[in-house]
Amino acid sequence: MALLEVQNLHVHFPIRRGLLTRAPGTVKAVDGVSFSLAPGETVGLVGESGCGKTTVARALVRLVPVTKGRIFYAGRDVTALNGAALRAWRRQVQMVFQDPYSSLDPRMTVGQAIGEALDIHGLAANRTERRERVEKLLLDVGLEGSHADRYPHELSGGQRQRVGIARALAVEPKLLVCDEPVSALDVSIQAQIVNLLQDLQREHGLTYLFIAHDLAVVEHLSRRILVMYLGRIVEAGEAREVCRAPRHPYTQALLSAVPGVDPDQKRTRLILPGDPPSPLNPPPGCPFHPRCPLAEARCRVERPVLYEHTPGHFTACHLVDAPRPPRPFGSTAPGAAATSPA
Amino acid sequence: MIMGTVLFNATPVAGANRVWTRRFAGRPRGFRPSGSGHDMKLLEICDLQIGFRRDGAPPVPVVDGVSLTLEPGETLGLVGESGCGKSLTALAIARLLPSPPAQVLGGDIRLEGRSVLQMSGAELRRVRGRVVSYVFQEAGASLNPVMRVGAQLRECLRLHRPEAATDAEVLRLLRLVGIPAPETRARSYPHELSGGMQQRVMIALAIAPRPKLLVADEPTTALDVTIQAQIIELLRDLRRELGMSILLITHNLGLVGDLADRVAVMYAGQIVEAAPARELLKHPVHPYTRALLNSVPALGVRQERLPAIPGTVPPPGAWPGGCRFHPRCPRRQADCEATPPGLTELPGGRRARCLYAREILEEKAR
Repeated sequence: MALLEVQNLHVHFPIRRGLLTRAPGTVKAVDGVSFSLAPGETVGLVGESGCGKTTVARALVRLVPVTKGRIFYAGRDVTALNGAALRAWRRQVQMVFQDPYSSLDPRMTVGQAIGEALDIHGLAANRTERRERVEKLLLDVGLEGSHADRYPHELSGGQRQRVGIARALAVEPKLLVCDEPVSALDVSIQAQIVNLLQDLQREHGLTYLFIAHDLAVVEHLSRRILVMYLGRIVEAGEAREVCRAPRHPYTQALLSAVPGVDPDQKRTRLILPGDPPSPLNPPPGCPFHPRCPLAEARCRVERPVLYEHTPGHFTACHLVDAPRPPRPFGSTAPGAAATSPA
Repeated sequence: MIMGTVLFNATPVAGANRVWTRRFAGRPRGFRPSGSGHDMKLLEICDLQIGFRRDGAPPVPVVDGVSLTLEPGETLGLVGESGCGKSLTALAIARLLPSPPAQVLGGDIRLEGRSVLQMSGAELRRVRGRVVSYVFQEAGASLNPVMRVGAQLRECLRLHRPEAATDAEVLRLLRLVGIPAPETRARSYPHELSGGMQQRVMIALAIAPRPKLLVADEPTTALDVTIQAQIIELLRDLRRELGMSILLITHNLGLVGDLADRVAVMYAGQIVEAAPARELLKHPVHPYTRALLNSVPALGVRQERLPAIPGTVPPPGAWPGGCRFHPRCPRRQADCEATPPGLTELPGGRRARCLYAREILEEKAR
């Protein structure tokens, strides 16, 4: 059974203007997203800013209200939990935030920040036990017990992110929603945190939803990848397959835009024109059609649905079955076909 | 560092330039002192030392003996992690260091053969924009929020190229940086533009005075990957069309491979390796460069674990003795703790600050 199942999730934010709080429009941040997480697996969620990936994360841990759709945790509907039931369920699902500089209270020591989580869920009987558990957690994430008495400003970015992870782990969750946990860190520190997340997964049997815009990091960590564009999933499948043989023109462009450090890997660049459109006023038909090099008349009117063209590989594109030359990874761009008009 | 200081004392650069400035300050623009023929470098940084002053304490060094040169039309990538001193080096070129606390403690910076450190206010104003201009990471924070984009461009033209301060030139510049519908966009305020468009406006402002050197300090870090690819493509096109030099400051080694001819890698205030871009990415010599390249996951390459660099970047003021990378270095030897390595000249126009640079290079050749 899936640990987490999301069915047709919608999160809409009304835009309010003026005193009378009329809502002249809605931002459809998440507009019909479905996926599931098996216990112990890592699923990567990729997309550019404004695509709704962070909103999906926040909706999962119930930090923003769900407009429509259902979230099941271990078969139980948790979409409408509140009060004590919600708090009890949050012991199962925790979140690691992007910016370790703003997600820690500057006036609390590391020990207080982690201890607070233990107190809220009543996990430590007394102060000694609390201190012991905090020190154990700090050791788990590669810090020292003495770091408990430090303030966030005394720590480096990487150390702070370790504290953020320790705080999430304090309540012994099963599922960790990591929202861009390494994006704010230096290159050499990113690798440390990625390795730490992998070690913790092995030791504690954690399930991860790993959100990032860096495709290389996501491919490294994840078994499956979901690609979002403007509030919807446009491609989903095994990480290897999505990265080697992307089928959606957006995924192809995203992959070809990643600068590679190997100068011999000559790639034809597919550079997308324009910016992602605003989720306030999404274009009709396929939301990607204004930037898509392959767009046809049908794409401007008819919205494509996610379709399983190969077992386990889903793509929301009308042209997914259209014949295209094969693309061995590396030799040509994952979007080479798209650069010549179809 | 010791070698650097000796070099600094031995070169009569600073004094010579002071005399030069006094003698030629009143000469018409375009005048060049004799002997500075066409082999002159566009930018020359010699043994630059920058420190942060604190009350009643000796200054903490943050940039320690950096030397760089840049030829006309060349692109140099300056790579390093936060706190390595790369941005301060870049700011010092046009004397834009936030001072206090930052201060140039030694060395020299020459633009077209003239020492920037000796320039008067009027001379600096002439150099800023027309010789060197900047693109910063967050365009949103660098643009004036209460001025229309077109007006900002026009103001910039009025200051640097008064004869070209026309609507037509403003539109031409906006078109040049790939802004669609420039007539409408010229009337927009910065907040009405997306991050990518703001960065394009920023680039238009930077190239409006026709600089010879564009310093791009993390120009794509705040942008999405597809927009990042657009901006890099734009910089590449502009370099070809305008023939300017680019100093690209970044932490992303992939970007360097895309754009730069040569690369210098900085660690703890020093250049640790400098080489032609391709060579550096294919065959890094310094253990830090190698570790940095290895710690970035590559698309399509499956590996169980990322080879992370242990420890953290030492902050200024806490740089270890000997080789500054030795506590994190996988191939450290006993003498690495004691002997600070100089920049070793290697074949192929490469330099590396490692006691074992030659050995590493030979190992590779085998």
